[in-house]
This record gives sequence, C-alpha cells and structure tokens, in this order.
Amino acid sequence: MPVNLQLEEDRVVACLIGEIDHHLAKELRETIDGACQRMNPSLLILDFGGVTFMDSSGIGLIMGRYRLMEELGGHLLVTNVPAPLKKVMQLAGLEQLKVLDNGGKKQ
Amino acid sequence: MKHCNQMKLQFDSRSANEAFSRTVISAFIAPLDPNIEELSDIKTAVSEAVTNAIVHGYRDQIAIVYISAYLYPDSRVVIKVRDKGCGIEDVRKAMEPLYTTCQTGERAGLGFAVMQSLMDKVKVHSKPGRGTTVVLERRITSKGAVHV
Repeated sequence: MPVNLQLEEDRVVACLIGEIDHHLAKELRETIDGACQRMNPSLLILDFGGVTFMDSSGIGLIMGRYRLMEELGGHLLVTNVPAPLKKVMQLAGLEQLKVLDNGGKKQ
Repeated sequence: MKHCNQMKLQFDSRSANEAFSRTVISAFIAPLDPNIEELSDIKTAVSEAVTNAIVHGYRDQIAIVYISAYLYPDSRVVIKVRDKGCGIEDVRKAMEPLYTTCQTGERAGLGFAVMQSLMDKVKVHSKPGRGTTVVLERRITSKGAVHV
C-alpha cells in the first residue's frame, strides 16, 4: 500500500510512500478521498517523508486534495517534503496555496 | 557528434510502465555518473513524457510507447519518447503551463513546463492522427567525460 492513513478525531494524516506518478496517484487519491469523505476532518495532512520520487502527478494530487478540503470546509497541510521534490513543487507555484509546512523536518 | 552508446525500448502504454521507463533510463545514464539532482531531473522529465504518451497520445488505449536514448562523449544524454497516438493539434498551446485537456482536475497541466525547466532542451514533433515525439536533452555537468 503506497499510503498509510492515520485517522484521528478531527484530522486525517496520510503518510505517502514510494514513487508518486500517474500510475500511483489514482490509488492514493481514492484512498485519501474515501477517508476524508467518511471522516469529514477539519485538517488533512499529506506527509511526503516517505516519498522517493514525484512528477507533476504529485502536484495534481496536492491541488485536487486542496480543492476537496475547501469543499469540506477544512484545510490541507503538506509536510516533510524531501529536498529533491521541492523543485517540482516550487515550479508549480505551490507556495501560493500556503499549504507547505516549512517548519517541518528534512528541509 | 556521434553518440557513444544508444538503446531502444518499447513497451505497452500501461501506467505501471511509467516506473519501468524511469528505471531503465536511470540505468542507461549511469556511465555519465549524474549526481542525485541530475538523476532526479532526468527521471522526472522522462516520467512526464511517458505519462503524456499514455494519457494523451493513446488516451488510455493500450498501444506501444517507444523510447530511444543516446549518450554523447561530451556528457550529454538525448532521450526520445514517441507514441503513434492521436497527436497534438497545437503544440505551442499544449506547452503552455497549466494548459490541460483533463476534465477531472487531477492533472495539473504542468508536464511540458516541468520538462522544460529540468532539461537543457525540449523539442516536440507532432502530427494530428500520427503521433508525437518528445526529444529531451541534458548535459551532465557534475562529473567528467563518459566512460562507456
């Protein structure tokens, strides 16, 4: 399983594992969205600590979950982004969404 | 300049092969001794091109994706990713950042922008109804000459 979900009272923590590409993104999306729709959390955390590769499918994954959490009236936080993945996120202008947790580890 | 090594690869346009194509390219460019960032950049660009061939070129029908790659003595790698799919009407428009034909909102429309920012050169040849070829070029600057 490429994602480890922790369901807490008011938040869902999704620890992503492995290489995020178009192939894996579908399964990640379905798993995470299923949990969010069931739990209706006020916070969704996407933890990228276990991600070893990401192309623009990862950007689509983040933007799609950002919209989902907006619809659900909650927030999205992206944490523990490994340095090699930051390039693609910066290129996509993800800073503007203000979802990146820059105070996290593994900077 | 004549290449000093080349390889050709063809595989089904199944999304599971996106990871396979990245692994093959990583192994092929190993003689250039890229650093982690260079390796990551090239794998990402190839992943974008292969995903485009699968999702847009063949529109999720199963057909063949062709990759050919060449190493040059001046530490350059040239990678061609080709499909015989639907082709692109307006290449310039397709290459605009955030342009996407995806209706679900799950594709960011950043594929070409990512390729262009990670590679030294990106060329796209396409004919509607005939298919698309993306040519990616990058020089590995972190190490010395190629030893193949």
